[in-house]
Amino acid sequence: MTLETKQKKPDGYLMLFLALLILSVNLLLISGKMPAYYKGILGFAGINIILAVSLNLINGITGQFSLGHAGFMAVGAYVSALISIYLKWPLILALLLGAVVAALLGIIIGLPTLRLKGDYLAIATLGMGEIIRVVLLNLEITKGARGLTAIPRSTSIYLVELVAFITVIFTVNLMRSTHGRALLSIREDEIASEAMGINTTFYKVFAFATGAFFAGLAGGLFAHLMGYIAPKNFEFMRSIEILVMVVLGGLGSITGSIVATIILTILPEALRSFSQYRMVLYSGLLIIMMLFRPQGLMGTKELQVREVFRLFGFGGGKNV
Amino acid sequence: MLEIKNLHVYYGQIHALKGVSFVVRKGEIVTLIGGNGAGKTTTLKTISGLIPLKEGEILYQGESITGVKAHDLVSQGLVQVPEGRHVFPSMSVQENLDLGAYTRKDKKAVKEDLDKVFHLFPRLKERRQQLAGTLSGGEQQMLAMARALMSSPKLLLLDEPSMGLAPLLVREIFNIVTEINSTGVTILLVEQNANMALSIANRGYVIETGRVVLEGEAASLAANEAVKKAYLGG
Ligand SMILES: Nc1ncnc2c1ncn2[C@@H]1O[C@H](COP(=O)(O)OP(=O)(O)O)[C@@H](O)[C@H]1O
Ligand SMILES: [Mg+2]
Repeated sequence: MTLETKQKKPDGYLMLFLALLILSVNLLLISGKMPAYYKGILGFAGINIILAVSLNLINGITGQFSLGHAGFMAVGAYVSALISIYLKWPLILALLLGAVVAALLGIIIGLPTLRLKGDYLAIATLGMGEIIRVVLLNLEITKGARGLTAIPRSTSIYLVELVAFITVIFTVNLMRSTHGRALLSIREDEIASEAMGINTTFYKVFAFATGAFFAGLAGGLFAHLMGYIAPKNFEFMRSIEILVMVVLGGLGSITGSIVATIILTILPEALRSFSQYRMVLYSGLLIIMMLFRPQGLMGTKELQVREVFRLFGFGGGKNV
Repeated sequence: MLEIKNLHVYYGQIHALKGVSFVVRKGEIVTLIGGNGAGKTTTLKTISGLIPLKEGEILYQGESITGVKAHDLVSQGLVQVPEGRHVFPSMSVQENLDLGAYTRKDKKAVKEDLDKVFHLFPRLKERRQQLAGTLSGGEQQMLAMARALMSSPKLLLLDEPSMGLAPLLVREIFNIVTEINSTGVTILLVEQNANMALSIANRGYVIETGRVVLEGEAASLAANEAVKKAYLGG
């Protein structure tokens, strides 16, 4: 039992391990020895981490079932791209404004829909994502199915890394704060949460808006990394992809989301020749997961390097 | 302390409360008894702002709280323990209790209340690291009550705390309710177990299909022939 509560936080070893990993990857980047192909994967991994961690805030930590993350990502991507193309504002301002618009949309949509529970909320958010996509397909300014081209490719891998880092730090700190406990209590039991004086409506909308904000940022980074976006980048399957990462990593586990995202970004690339079967791979993984480990890789716990060492027989700490 | 005047509540077309009125005075244990579907839960939920009312008035400490949201009432000392055992299952007992004090800033007083709560519920103290979802039914009910106490209530609304518990545990829960009351907390107790409820209450109201049909001192209600026949199994 004590083990359960202790493992909820990542340990110092993990921080050290991550720091070393980030350092070595960046040294490789700076040295210029990293092939462009790997840089691309690295960029997508970073963007996916932002998406997965922010969806985890809504679905895992607060326990609301949102299926519309690609929609918020699209809003951030289009708004920031249009700003860059037409107004030529600095990248940071374009990204932030895109994220803010996504967050506002999250609030507008969240207020009426968050009264819905479970399946109904999932369907409502799914519908929202599709409406956003259809609007983008039909607006003059977004150029329909052809999408926006000639977006300045001003995002660097470093910026993606930085934003991913900020997203993770923000979410971890939030989880440990009073607000975080309020969010968790909603997932645990909404009736009890309200009875204890927690404004559940406020916190649900807060989680929704914050998740949308970061998804919007991810979208903006994506647009300025690719230089080209179209509605097909933000289809329903994109939301599912992000959801798979969160579920696979464990709803509520931040390190779980990160590990699952890295695996699910690299794996399909490594199995390139099967790339058309990517969604089959995801579905297969999900089914296997639900059968053998329904709580996800990490459950609600955080990754502990000490535990990993122990797993491979490196002793390190007392045996359980 | 609490005054309910002519409460009318609807669920869509269903007229669930048809003019309920009663009072709870400071320091009392007042019980609301009645069969399944009589409107007891609806009454409590309306008081704590979870359901809107169509007509009537609710006064708490002399002021109208009609339309005030549930989460705002907690910091004013009006706290409900909902029907069924609503604990936070994958949090420990301690974390559940911490969340009970969510609206409070006075750390020192919270710590003192934690000691008091553990004194009332020694079983929870032994299990403070255990996950709430793994507690027995009785222990979960105790935790739900203990957690409510952590918010420092002046008026505690209890919705069927004895539901589904073994007779011995029911006795224990009711003893604790009496003890809580003796520390100065006013209690409005909703029960189907009229026998037990009337044995610890000062006064009671009998509610049937959305109306108060009988009221009086607990002892005289327990002796009332109609009440005996309908609710006391004799
Ligand atoms: N959410 C609801 N929707 C519609 N009718 C309800 C709802 N909740 C309760 N009712 C009806 O209101 C009446 C009172 O219910 P309730 O207050 O739960 O009774 P009690 O707590 O005394 O058993 C019942 O007839 C019940 O069917
Ligand atoms: Mg009831």
